[in-house]
Amino acid sequence: MSNVLEIAGDVSLFGFRAITSLFSRPLEGDQIRRQIAEVGSKSLLLVIASGFALGAVLTLHTRSTLVTFGATAWIPTVQSLAFFIEIGPLVTGLLVAGRVGSGIGAVLSNMRATEQIDAIESLSIDSFKYLVVPRIIACTLALPVLTLFLDFSGLLGGFLSEYSMSRLSFQSYIASSFASFEWSNFYPPTLKTAVFGFAIGTVSSFLGYTTNEGAQGVGRAATRSVVISSLLIILLDVLLIKFIFFMYPESAL
Amino acid sequence: MIDNGAAAVAFHQVSKSFGAKRVLRDVSFDVHAGEALCILGRSGTGKSVTLKLIISLLKPDNGNIWIEQDEITHLKEADLSRVRRKMGFLFQDAALFDSLTLYENLALPLLRLSDKSQDEVDFVIDRVLKQVGLENDKRKMPSELSGGMRKRAGLARALVLEPKILLADEPSSGLDRITAAEIDELLLKQKAEHKTTLIVVTHDVRGARNVGDRIVVLDRGKLIADGTVGEVEQSENETARNLMSEC
Repeated sequence: MSNVLEIAGDVSLFGFRAITSLFSRPLEGDQIRRQIAEVGSKSLLLVIASGFALGAVLTLHTRSTLVTFGATAWIPTVQSLAFFIEIGPLVTGLLVAGRVGSGIGAVLSNMRATEQIDAIESLSIDSFKYLVVPRIIACTLALPVLTLFLDFSGLLGGFLSEYSMSRLSFQSYIASSFASFEWSNFYPPTLKTAVFGFAIGTVSSFLGYTTNEGAQGVGRAATRSVVISSLLIILLDVLLIKFIFFMYPESAL
Repeated sequence: MIDNGAAAVAFHQVSKSFGAKRVLRDVSFDVHAGEALCILGRSGTGKSVTLKLIISLLKPDNGNIWIEQDEITHLKEADLSRVRRKMGFLFQDAALFDSLTLYENLALPLLRLSDKSQDEVDFVIDRVLKQVGLENDKRKMPSELSGGMRKRAGLARALVLEPKILLADEPSSGLDRITAAEIDELLLKQKAEHKTTLIVVTHDVRGARNVGDRIVVLDRGKLIADGTVGEVEQSENETARNLMSEC
């Protein structure tokens, strides 16, 4: 238990150091752009495909239940609320933790094992600012955007699934989807993924950057990045939902 | 405090431990400007740690380390950065940034640490790559380079900021004898043409004889011999004498 608390403390300090480093020069704009492109290119296709498949499957399951009550007209509404409020943010967080978090952990631990981080320091470059901060910023900024991609691809998958059953038009589907929709269903859940992104970037970077296990540590850092980031996202999701309900009581359905 | 005189690098009673393992014990030596010092010893005797202490990637537990007039063990990061710019470091496996091309590996320190224009940066990179014989490979990724080419690329990156002191960690390790001799030649050429101070860590006695004006021998973290090749060959210490005869 004390070990867990010690790691939690170290990760928190690591994240705090990243936040304070944001305000010091150089700003590492090129590195941030490069990392955002890296996070996006690694995850976008996976996120869109997952969203589409989830949307299609969710509609099939929902339909079989709602048919019993003669409430199939609610399918688009249920679909959009489910995706924008919970499925989109959580699934995107978990997908990115698996795809990007493991990559960050592996890359940084490999750089540590092959003395590339020492080489950066020997060139009088702040390796933390150069390697860690851009990765955390990239994850933080990319997650909300990727979440939107998953949300809308989920709606598209849901529409195509519903269209194949009921021939519902696209305009009607979209209109029904957002009929009961409020901005509080959209902004807070989408923006909470920035916190997920910060957590993924911080945990993965911490595990990669601070490893001292040589080549063996590369695989270990990658695996631990995925496991710890995923658990943290689930925990943060619960806490942030409570927080959103407190801030926006109308969003508590 | 001691006065390091005219030394480019001075170690004074330096000790370093990792946990319970004492890697260096009260090691003292100095290196004069323009001199080539080889630190010789078997694996695990603290040679690479010595280099990392010089460039302050590690901090000593005790003792003082001088780089010219700066005692670096208590310097703050900004001052340390200034001191590090006097030094170039050739890492054992070159430590090239594997996500960057050879050109980008060399451009990174130039763009970050100098106020050179893009044209000047290109000029310097072309000159240094020609110096190490890699002028036709600058668009290649590190993974496309052979072991010898990687080492030369690492040397090029270490030289790109024109350091006064060049630290080389096992420059001949993993290379065949001919390629190792080529790297030694490049180091000697750098010393002759630019009066660069060389500190070379090696367990290759042949290389140490070729490159070193002076040799210090480390054994189990202790300095057991310090002198010219001839002096170390005649050292009172049997381990040092045996090491020098291994060639």
